[in-house]
Amino acid sequence: MALTLELLRMLGETSLSVLPIAAFMLFFHRVVLHRQFAQPAQLAIGFLFMLAGLGVFLLGLEQALFPVGRLMVDQLVAFTTLRLPKEAAHWWDYRLIFAFAFCLAFGAAIAEPALLAVARRVDDLSGGAIGASGLRVAAALGVGLGVTVGCMRIAAGVPLLWCVGAAYAVIIAQTAFAPRVITSMAYDIGGVTTSAITVPVVTALGLGLAQQVPGRSELYDGFGVLVLAATYPVITVLGYAQITAFLERRTLRRRSQTPQDQHS
Amino acid sequence: MRLFWRMALGSVRDLAPVLVVILFFQAVVLDRPIAELAVLAQGAVLVVVGLTLFVYGLELALFPVGDALAYALAEHGSFVWLVAFAFLLGFGTAVAEPALTAVATEAAKVAAVAGSIADSPVSRARYALGLRLVVGLSVGVALILGVTRIVLGWSLPKLVVGGYVLVMAITLIAPPEIIGIAYDSGAVTTSVITVPLVTALGIGLASSLSGRNPLTDGFGMIALILLIPMIFVMLYGTLLAWL
Repeated sequence: MALTLELLRMLGETSLSVLPIAAFMLFFHRVVLHRQFAQPAQLAIGFLFMLAGLGVFLLGLEQALFPVGRLMVDQLVAFTTLRLPKEAAHWWDYRLIFAFAFCLAFGAAIAEPALLAVARRVDDLSGGAIGASGLRVAAALGVGLGVTVGCMRIAAGVPLLWCVGAAYAVIIAQTAFAPRVITSMAYDIGGVTTSAITVPVVTALGLGLAQQVPGRSELYDGFGVLVLAATYPVITVLGYAQITAFLERRTLRRRSQTPQDQHS
Repeated sequence: MRLFWRMALGSVRDLAPVLVVILFFQAVVLDRPIAELAVLAQGAVLVVVGLTLFVYGLELALFPVGDALAYALAEHGSFVWLVAFAFLLGFGTAVAEPALTAVATEAAKVAAVAGSIADSPVSRARYALGLRLVVGLSVGVALILGVTRIVLGWSLPKLVVGGYVLVMAITLIAPPEIIGIAYDSGAVTTSVITVPLVTALGIGLASSLSGRNPLTDGFGMIALILLIPMIFVMLYGTLLAWL
């Protein structure tokens, strides 16, 4: 009964969320482009599915993914501080959480279908020079690294601005040297790797850690893991493109040198 | 119906790595049964069912119409209609984005517990809605920038580097309690609805303009969506702190 009531409340809220996009799309379709809908029934059913799905999904996030993220951090911190007093914990003592965060982020990113789609497109675009699987691994490593650094930052109490600023500086330097075709795609990659499921789990991870580590506050320190998860892949993907470009140039140079060596 | 099962498989695959890592740490590292298993199992089922229905609905209704609109406007539309479409698309998708709704609700909870806002359902709901509307506004602006960039052929690296500098500068004046949320807001928004529709707009536009390569010029919209909300949410927080 409580679940039914929750569902009804959620349905009311989600209708308001979906309303703007539905209304403006209908407006553009009918009024600006003067078009008829080919399948109005399918459209109506689709919107109903969206409404119902959004409500159920948000309820699941609230009931499962946010709590489980926090629960895992609580348990891992309890496991860590079992043998040493909590106040004496050094930031490195939370390494079990860093390992958990890395596995979670890397696993979710490597399995992300949107990343696979972008990687395939880049593979085609570069004529196979920038391979799809290599790009996926590079991006997922970046996401894993970003989430791990985000957790380390919370444990050690390093300001978010430093971590983000340092990453921006590296990206700006890389942009000057990376192959031009790849830069736009690399900037996009961070947004592609964060799915609707990883966002709540990673957010819960950061908030849970900030709540557990003494001297940190959820509001001031708990956020900021996601921004690193979206920024670090840019570095690893640009780096991957630079390495493949470098290797390609070296192979070409060697090939062009070999005949000359034989002549002399 | 085949499409539906493919969507269902997709949601299970989205959740699977998260579940596997959690169960591995629970069973092997912590070596204990998971607490409140029933609630978690119920929640996991809700997540999979909800995401499946939602994405299925998107594929039936929003994506075909959105794709058709993006291509039609990119090819025949005037620049003014194109800009209006880009803004409304950005605003609409961001407000409908489930990840943003979930994180905004959580942020309101955290702000209420920390005493940054009054701890009542009304003030929490208002805080979460305010956040979502500001992010929606900024994603709209990001798309206007992205569309203008593709049409006029501006350089994306220059825009992005300029954005980075602006983010750093505003961070110095923004109140500390908004910085973390502001920084995360861009990454939160680029999710299940926004990425496919925005990518369709970028590619449609780049392929309809002569002298543009859809594969290189079509990218770059998401990068701006990651960046602009950071700036706008920090400005919003600064404004709230003043009032």
